[in-house]
Amino acid sequence: MLLKRAFSKPQKFSVYRKQFFFEVNNIGISSLGIISIISIFMGGVVTTQAAFGFTSAWVPIYAVGFTTRESIILEFSPTIVSLLLAGKVGSNIASEIGSMRISEQIDAMEIMGVNSASFLIMPKILAAVFINPFLIAISMFLGLLGGYVMGVATGAVTSNQYIVGIQYGFMSWKISYALFKTSFFAFIITSVAAYNGFYTSGGALEVGRSSTRAVVWSCILILLADLLITQIVFTH
Amino acid sequence: MIEIKNISKTFGDRTVVSDVSSEFESGKTNLIIGESGSGKTTILKMMVGLLKPDTGQVMYDGRVFSEMDERQQQEVRKEMGMLFQGGALFDSMTVEENVAFPLRMFTTFSEKEIRERINFCLDKVKLENRNHLYPAELSGGMKKRAALARAIAGNPKYLFCDEPNSGLDPRTSLVIDDLILELTTDFNMTTVVITHDMNSVMQIGQKVMYLYSGKKWWEGNNKEVLTTTNKELLDFVYASEFLKQLKPGGK
Repeated sequence: MLLKRAFSKPQKFSVYRKQFFFEVNNIGISSLGIISIISIFMGGVVTTQAAFGFTSAWVPIYAVGFTTRESIILEFSPTIVSLLLAGKVGSNIASEIGSMRISEQIDAMEIMGVNSASFLIMPKILAAVFINPFLIAISMFLGLLGGYVMGVATGAVTSNQYIVGIQYGFMSWKISYALFKTSFFAFIITSVAAYNGFYTSGGALEVGRSSTRAVVWSCILILLADLLITQIVFTH
Repeated sequence: MIEIKNISKTFGDRTVVSDVSSEFESGKTNLIIGESGSGKTTILKMMVGLLKPDTGQVMYDGRVFSEMDERQQQEVRKEMGMLFQGGALFDSMTVEENVAFPLRMFTTFSEKEIRERINFCLDKVKLENRNHLYPAELSGGMKKRAALARAIAGNPKYLFCDEPNSGLDPRTSLVIDDLILELTTDFNMTTVVITHDMNSVMQIGQKVMYLYSGKKWWEGNNKEVLTTTNKELLDFVYASEFLKQLKPGGK
């Protein structure tokens, strides 16, 4: 019901467009810093663990690069970073909308004749679905870069071996699959958070509870969706 | 004119508003007074459509608002302005962005016209040169005035004020009351004010409805309040120790 209200026809396109770009910045661009740091470290750790795990002489050393690429592109960037965004962006959305609800700001919008669900929720969902794939693409690049720096700096792999590894058996559809997953996760994060925020009642304590509930449910649904999408894509 | 006809509202097994009818005239400040929990805010919420009456009707100039669907109600709401108890200004927007919000949303005004309207509204509520402040940077009285400026920005036909004086000192309360009266007269609005402040009743109570336990107990104007023989209303009006001395028949 809430999503139906949220996706009803915008009352004024120019205002919604402005709000969309505001949310792109608020939800997406402002998360770039934390995503960059985590991605670089994540790539470094995966490379190190792969390098020290492959002790058999039968496993070529370029497999370190291959393993890093597969892990980062298929799971770490789309799923782990989305879980991180569920915490950062999800709690932010739920507490923002929840605070607006308890301080009567949403009622004020309704009385002006504004469809508050549409104005507050639709730009957030669209912005996240639009910008998150870009964030994840950057995360993939930085994850692979972090792996390269860590691998070469520790002497676990040479530059050449790593680059050969990340190119080995590359299938471009996996990137599309990961980015599709990301968009779906972005929808889960924003819609679950908006729902919890929008139906907050009470005071500051309930806003905190809504925020926590939004993060917990987003994480569970992301993992469930990940399992289902992976199952569908890799068995067909 | 706004009419409420036999409206009632029950939450669980508690009847908060019971069979209340009244007419709120245009160009006048219509006050709904009563003790805390007497159903004032519930009536206001039913009038603006935030709550649906269990029975009865809310009518705006003959249009049955309470039976409209959401989209039709949104259209009528564009003719409303509301001053909330806490102001309900949008935290993420400056004062001028708050005032401009309904204009940008529902009018085709140019930016120049919007700016002129913002300045006019802020000037009306005597809040000039505060355009770029955020709500968190305003005092309680300023927040109320900024919210009032936003409420009148869209040139509403109906103005609702939910306890406009709560949390304000007596002097600032008088300023807010004067503003409400002045705006009502200037723009010929139908204004409905929820209050339990007796200063407001005396100052702007052109029409007063007294609620007691969710029922309409008395109706009149601010002059008649002082001469009423209604026991419950007298107890309400002369509740403070100071005013008890003035109560007809003493304590």
